[in-house]
Amino acid sequence: MSMETFCTHETAWCPGCGNFTILECLKTALEQTGKRPSEVLIAAGIGQAAKTPQYISANSFCGLHGRSLPAAAAAKIANEKLTVVVDTGDGDSYGEGGNHFIHNIRRNVNITHFVHDNQIYGLTKGQASPTSILGLVTGVQPDGNFNEPLNPILLAIASGAGFVARAFSGNQEHLISIMKQAIEYEGYALVDILQPCVSFNKTNTYAWYSKRVYELDDSYDFKNKADAMQKAMEFGDHIPIGIIYSERKSTFHKKNQVLKQNIPLLDRKTDPDTVNRLIKQYI
Amino acid sequence: MYNLLIGGAAGLGIDTTAAILEKLLKRSGYNVFTVRDFMSRVRGGHNFSLIRFGTEQVYSHSDQLDGIVALDQETIDLHKGQLLENGFILCDSKLTDDDPRLIKVDTAAMSKELGNPRVSGSILVGVILKMFGESIDGIADVLNTFVSKKNLDINLKAVKEGYLLAEQRFQHLSGQYSDWMLISGSKAVALGAIAAGLRFYSAYPMSPSTAILETLASYADDAGIVVEQAEDEIAAINMAIGASYAGARAMTGTSGGGFSLMVEALGLSGMAEIPLVVIDVQRPGPVTGLPTRTEQSDLKFVISASQGEFPRMVISLRNPGDSFYQTMRAFHLAEKYQIPVILLSDQYLGDSTSTVEPFDPQKIDVAQPAAEYSGEGEYLRYRYTENGVSPRLIPGKTEHLVNIDSDEHDEEGHLTESAEVRIRMMDKRMLKLEGLKHELQEPEFIGADGFGTLLLGWGSVWGPIKEAVNILNEDHHGSYAALVFGDIYPLPVELLKEKAAKASHIINIEQNATGQLGGLIREETGIICERSVLKYDGRQISGEEIAEHIRKGEIK
Repeated sequence: MSMETFCTHETAWCPGCGNFTILECLKTALEQTGKRPSEVLIAAGIGQAAKTPQYISANSFCGLHGRSLPAAAAAKIANEKLTVVVDTGDGDSYGEGGNHFIHNIRRNVNITHFVHDNQIYGLTKGQASPTSILGLVTGVQPDGNFNEPLNPILLAIASGAGFVARAFSGNQEHLISIMKQAIEYEGYALVDILQPCVSFNKTNTYAWYSKRVYELDDSYDFKNKADAMQKAMEFGDHIPIGIIYSERKSTFHKKNQVLKQNIPLLDRKTDPDTVNRLIKQYI
Repeated sequence: MYNLLIGGAAGLGIDTTAAILEKLLKRSGYNVFTVRDFMSRVRGGHNFSLIRFGTEQVYSHSDQLDGIVALDQETIDLHKGQLLENGFILCDSKLTDDDPRLIKVDTAAMSKELGNPRVSGSILVGVILKMFGESIDGIADVLNTFVSKKNLDINLKAVKEGYLLAEQRFQHLSGQYSDWMLISGSKAVALGAIAAGLRFYSAYPMSPSTAILETLASYADDAGIVVEQAEDEIAAINMAIGASYAGARAMTGTSGGGFSLMVEALGLSGMAEIPLVVIDVQRPGPVTGLPTRTEQSDLKFVISASQGEFPRMVISLRNPGDSFYQTMRAFHLAEKYQIPVILLSDQYLGDSTSTVEPFDPQKIDVAQPAAEYSGEGEYLRYRYTENGVSPRLIPGKTEHLVNIDSDEHDEEGHLTESAEVRIRMMDKRMLKLEGLKHELQEPEFIGADGFGTLLLGWGSVWGPIKEAVNILNEDHHGSYAALVFGDIYPLPVELLKEKAAKASHIINIEQNATGQLGGLIREETGIICERSVLKYDGRQISGEEIAEHIRKGEIK
């Protein structure tokens, strides 16, 4: 595994955090796709996972909490030649940014969305996240979390996402393979990555995940939407990892009349004759 | 000068009738100004358009009417009192009033005979054209833009029938404006953005800003622009920032409520130094307020919106000419200083149409981001520089990496908590305000030196104030002049200080309840407006109204 191209920076994460392996896998996956750092944009919002762009040599956009999807989608709209990856946490993606999550699936811009899902808020020191399991006791949920956990996989499939996968930070080879396929997928691709939070989530530990996750094999047909929705609801003693659902879909760039002409938007120039013609319409 | 009111319930076609009529009048040489007053509903209610036209420039509306075109009874009842003695009320035969000035036309029967009850408006257009001594030669060309192809013939017939029915009543006046544009403030903003090289516009529909979104969407394919309706205003502004970061000239637009949702991201543009143009087409607040009406009450909000401190520029738009050129300039300043530039319009300016000289995009140069890093040493996105402006490269266009962060960051763009870096970065960003001060355009001075009373205003009260100064000076009770601000934050103070020193009285005229410009002026210069004319009923003040308030001393 080589990580020289997207070289390592010193991080501010806790020792043993799942973020480390996700970061390493991200670098490897990018390198294996043959991208140069200047061709890649890593976007994130706010949170522990959202610090990822700080620790990788690529263009980076560390914007607002929950708002990385709209910014990243628009960056891809502006320059289709950029490989755009949103790499951030479950609170950023599904909580603060929940509305953008749904609508960017609908938008289907060709970007990749990696969600570090540790089922807890890390940066704010351990409160329930949208994916926290029922009964999880935190400083803010002292009687245990009683709000239904969000199922991002099921929500994404139901909202029309064309590539929906789950991975586990403890299974690196698998994670790299899924990341590569997500990056190469043409359209919005979601990978929900289960990871332990060693400091604040004492329930969903490395051992908890390891005991439950299993890799989907060839016998599973990820092109069948009804089966995929069924599979998406499996989150208990057994948690499937792999591509849960995938289909080819027309992207934003293919459907937009201006972008479908394959001229990167930022390279277009406004024709002065067009402007003058528009002005004349008002005479 | 003539002044016509066309009124009726929503859905009766007042807008189209007014649009056809104003365009025909402008093409025959008149200078036309049309204001639109409508309720927040799709059907029913009472809506009207006021078309004022003459052979000299018309800067704003007037409430004194030469004619009323009533598409319903309510229009007659509500507006009869504004009619001049020799005025007329044109209406369908079924409407009733004992006013001798009533002219009844059986539009219902006529349009039924023509085969489409919706052509009543076109019949009335014909009647009015005849009454004002206009020709109907060019009507096909104008109707073409407003009615569908299949309805063109029947509408043409309707205009002709109306024309034949009526008698000329007013003298045709020969104006010189047939080659000028007739355009609303919002459409002028859209054209200005296109002329400045806009590539990406994202917005969420909100009255009265939607006209910009719709206009840009209608030209998007032609001009090579992506227009995206975002899921909310937060997405709209974050998309614009993302597109701008990636090298597409970007803008977002909204009204006060949507702007409230955008404020955090406004700070991102300031902190991450990503050029951004935002337009707030103001309407009365707070919250939902009066959705389709006008106010200028967001000034103090937008100059301080978002937590923390960062440089920004706020330009208020005074008329459609301003709307075009200042929008272009907003893109220039946003790029040159890598800041958010906020344009302030309002419903009155946004929806009213004025007659303006054809726009010349050549008048404004718009800065471009650098194509390559030409400085010494390593490329640093936030390099400390003498003017606070760092080299902005577009990611993917060079081998250099472009890192931006909403956290306080170092020159490379990575987050830091260093006290020293914090101070240097804050100073670097705030230094841009010094540069901006040299860019400022002084307010427009209306009137002549030797005045006693100085009126102060900003944005869309420009037209009414211009008229008020004329009215008041013709009275010969004291002499008046005015300053109307376009650039408003940072506040240009040179001309203000000079004129204020010569004034015996200073009165601020604003469409808000607290006199926000007056407050800003006092904060920045110590100059006190001892009296104010403030209007916040959602309806634009007219020149006559301002003059009346000042004459009577009915000011706060």
